Amino acid sequence: MNTADQYLKAIYLVQKMENGPASTGALADRLDVSPASVNEMIGKLQDRGLADHEKYKGVTLTDDGIEQAREALQTYCIIERFLHNVLEVEEFPSEAKALESVIDETVAERLDTIIDREPHCPDCFDAEADMCAELVGEGEAD
Amino acid sequence: MSVHDRVSTDNQLARLLQIAVVLEEVVEVRAARHYETLSPDERDDDIEELLEDAREESAEHRERLEALIDQLDAEAVPLEEVEALVEATYAQTGPEDFDGVLYDQLHGEETAYKFYDDLIEAIESSDTDFGLDREELLATLKEIREEEAHGVEEVTAVMEARE
Repeated sequence: MNTADQYLKAIYLVQKMENGPASTGALADRLDVSPASVNEMIGKLQDRGLADHEKYKGVTLTDDGIEQAREALQTYCIIERFLHNVLEVEEFPSEAKALESVIDETVAERLDTIIDREPHCPDCFDAEADMCAELVGEGEAD
Repeated sequence: MSVHDRVSTDNQLARLLQIAVVLEEVVEVRAARHYETLSPDERDDDIEELLEDAREESAEHRERLEALIDQLDAEAVPLEEVEALVEATYAQTGPEDFDGVLYDQLHGEETAYKFYDDLIEAIESSDTDFGLDREELLATLKEIREEEAHGVEEVTAVMEARE
């Protein structure tokens, strides 16, 4: 998953939690990067028509941005469930974060063929716990 | 530029190699099932050889990856469980016709190629001193990647010959 997709996923989840635009500060905290890095990437996402940024309010995904964010979230859910269900990794939330940049959606789709994933994925993703809702209680978030 | 460092610990590397083992196992088991699902009139020497080669190659790749994982002192992948999972989901995700079999095989080889390509790039861009010989690691992964590329060409050739 590339960096832009990781940002889109984070914006989508912060928007869901805050029920409104995602602030630069909340995104920087969630992604563990500097606010300057967040602003730089938001500019790129805006140029690509994936997000809108309003000063003092925050960033909101466009319909195209939401679609891409949901695909990225699904890829992330597959990685989490694969680590948990197949490789039996206890620290799957932190490991999924560490691995997501190296695993793209093509590979995730293949791993998905051996995972018993819920049909409503990724709607059930728990934004607060930052993990697949089906796995909450089984792994420790960061 | 990535949000997080790409491959920066032995544990991360071992986990990625384990994922490669699973991808190989998926190709191996599905190739075996593909042949079983073909009707007798769909079977011929070309397709039999293609699927047989794919199985053998995946098994060999898996062994080479497992040897690397051993050096990192990580746990082996529970292969029997993975095999059972692939078998169990084949009914839902397996192709339904001959062309589907070839396409699935092509997709498996392409996915593996893409994964090795990304993994090699991630290792090359990392300055981590891993607990195994870096040259050996990269040489092994590059050889496997080339064989996957060759596998893609073989499946494509069979597909073109059938057109």
